[in-house]
Amino acid sequence: MTDFSKGAGSQPMVKAEGVHKSFGLAHILKGIDLEVAPREVFCLIGPSGSGKSTFLRCINHLEKINSGRLSVDGELVGYRQKGDKLYELKDREVAAKRRDIGMVFQRFNLFPHMTALENVMEAPVMVKRESKAVARERAQRLLDRVGLADKAQNYPSQLSGGQQQRVAIARALAMEPKLMLFDEPTSALDPELVGDVLDVMRGLAEDGMTMVVVTHEMGFAREVGDALVFMDDGVVVEAGNPRDVLTNPQHDRTRSFLSKVL
Amino acid sequence: MTDKIDKAPGPAAAQTPYEDIRAIPVRRYGRWVSGVVVVVLLGWLVYAFSQGNVMWGTVGDKLFDSSVLTGLWHTVLISVTAMLLGLVLGVLFAVMRLSKNPVTGAVAWLYIWFFRGTPVYVQLLMWFNLALIFQYLNLGPIYKNEMVDVMTPFVVALLGLGLNEGAYMAEIVRAGIQSVDEGQTEASHALGMTAGQTMRRVVLPQAMRVIIPPTGNEFINMLKTSSLVSVVQYVDLLRATSNIGANSGAVMEMLFVASAWYLILTSIFSVGQYYLERRFARGSLRSLPPTPWQRIKANLGTLRRPEVAR
Ligand SMILES: Nc1ncnc2c1ncn2[C@@H]1O[C@H](COP(=O)(O)OP(=O)(O)OP(=O)(O)O)[C@@H](O)[C@H]1O
Ligand SMILES: [Mg+2]
Repeated sequence: MTDFSKGAGSQPMVKAEGVHKSFGLAHILKGIDLEVAPREVFCLIGPSGSGKSTFLRCINHLEKINSGRLSVDGELVGYRQKGDKLYELKDREVAAKRRDIGMVFQRFNLFPHMTALENVMEAPVMVKRESKAVARERAQRLLDRVGLADKAQNYPSQLSGGQQQRVAIARALAMEPKLMLFDEPTSALDPELVGDVLDVMRGLAEDGMTMVVVTHEMGFAREVGDALVFMDDGVVVEAGNPRDVLTNPQHDRTRSFLSKVL
Repeated sequence: MTDKIDKAPGPAAAQTPYEDIRAIPVRRYGRWVSGVVVVVLLGWLVYAFSQGNVMWGTVGDKLFDSSVLTGLWHTVLISVTAMLLGLVLGVLFAVMRLSKNPVTGAVAWLYIWFFRGTPVYVQLLMWFNLALIFQYLNLGPIYKNEMVDVMTPFVVALLGLGLNEGAYMAEIVRAGIQSVDEGQTEASHALGMTAGQTMRRVVLPQAMRVIIPPTGNEFINMLKTSSLVSVVQYVDLLRATSNIGANSGAVMEMLFVASAWYLILTSIFSVGQYYLERRFARGSLRSLPPTPWQRIKANLGTLRRPEVAR
């Protein structure tokens, strides 16, 4: 359908080098190194508390990293480099960079006081100053794409969890991002609703969207994923092709984790 | 398998005739006694007022007296403007209080501490007497005037009531903002909205649901508290009616007139509040409760077609 492969240069879409993150005394990310190539579906798995969400939130600067370098599409996250000095970006500049990165949350976080359509229109109108007519037209198309054309006028409270999550995906896509971050998008859903959301994500992957997906859906990782990283206790334990890692893990920690979730 | 079980009692049960239980109901003597006592007391009260030295005709005559109506208008005007000032200050100081900047946070705390901690009556008197300590209001090259000229009764009343209200509203707004889930701010930021846009478009509209009910109470309080402004020479409803009362000797009569108007005002605004709350409940309830008017219409409908109701 739509081709999402924007700026598909040779440089990685996300590049992390020695990324550390602490909350006060709690050292959460302990030197993360990884690369996400353009058009790649990059899956992140690991036990609860290992820092997956934290890393994802660092990518669009919802959290500030303490050390290391993190860049998206060749540009540093949260800083500008001049010579050998780093300058912190202003709030406005950080906001501008986030436009190109879509994020989908475990708990949907739709705006409850807006209809599905208004949720999808909000950012293009407010952030890109798009006309309402244009934004509405695109929002309709995106809701159609996620299979919810007939729910446009419903408020989130009138939608099932799976429907809410698909609206949330449409809302993120409305900004035409070059990178999508998914934080356990199906963990809060009843099992029978998971499939619809995964189908939408599979469609996105086929259209060339670069995606970083934190997930416990090993089936999805195996079928759709191009790369997979197993994280534990703030470090990358194992990385590689999802089919290889899932069927033939090299580390004990990966093995014991997989034996619990598979 | 299951339909056998389901079918058996279904239609049969509906046919079975039944007999109403006939039993002697408990005699609730207490209810009867208390009911009679209350009615007797009420009757006595009505009788007392009808026999009391009240010129009911005067109450009716003066209800629409032009100076009473002017006073009424002033009461509405000062209440609405002071409330608006309070709202603006409330949002401002609530945001300051919640900001990460320690200076603005401390200033907001100080403001709330002072204006909530002293009686509004005292604050009104201080604004009224400001000229005693500052003879001029001097805003550098922009504006300079004698304080007594600046501080008209309306300005004094507005500052006194509005700044006091702002302190209360700041706490109400703060509670409202804090009631909104953090995920909302995060989702908004993730879409590229700035902090200001997030506050305006995402947080405040949701905070409204928590803010409006206590704000309605604040406004009804304001309508009544505004009667204090007569001490700063502002001719509001109470002052206008008391003036007539003092001149004509119909003191109680004029207080009845004032009370009647206060009741009418508070009743009107209570209805308005109901509709406002309904508007901001959008999305939080699966379906909005019907308005009283819709309820009446629905009832009329069922009255006309009783068979539908069954
Ligand atoms: N704002 C914060 N302040 C303090 N500690 C935090 C904060 N956010 C996360 N943490 C801590 O960081 C650790 C990692 O959290 P994170 O949410 O990244 O884990 P996760 O891998 O996503 O786990 P899950 O699978 O349960 O979502 C946890 O121990 C958590 O308590
Ligand atoms: Mg998480």
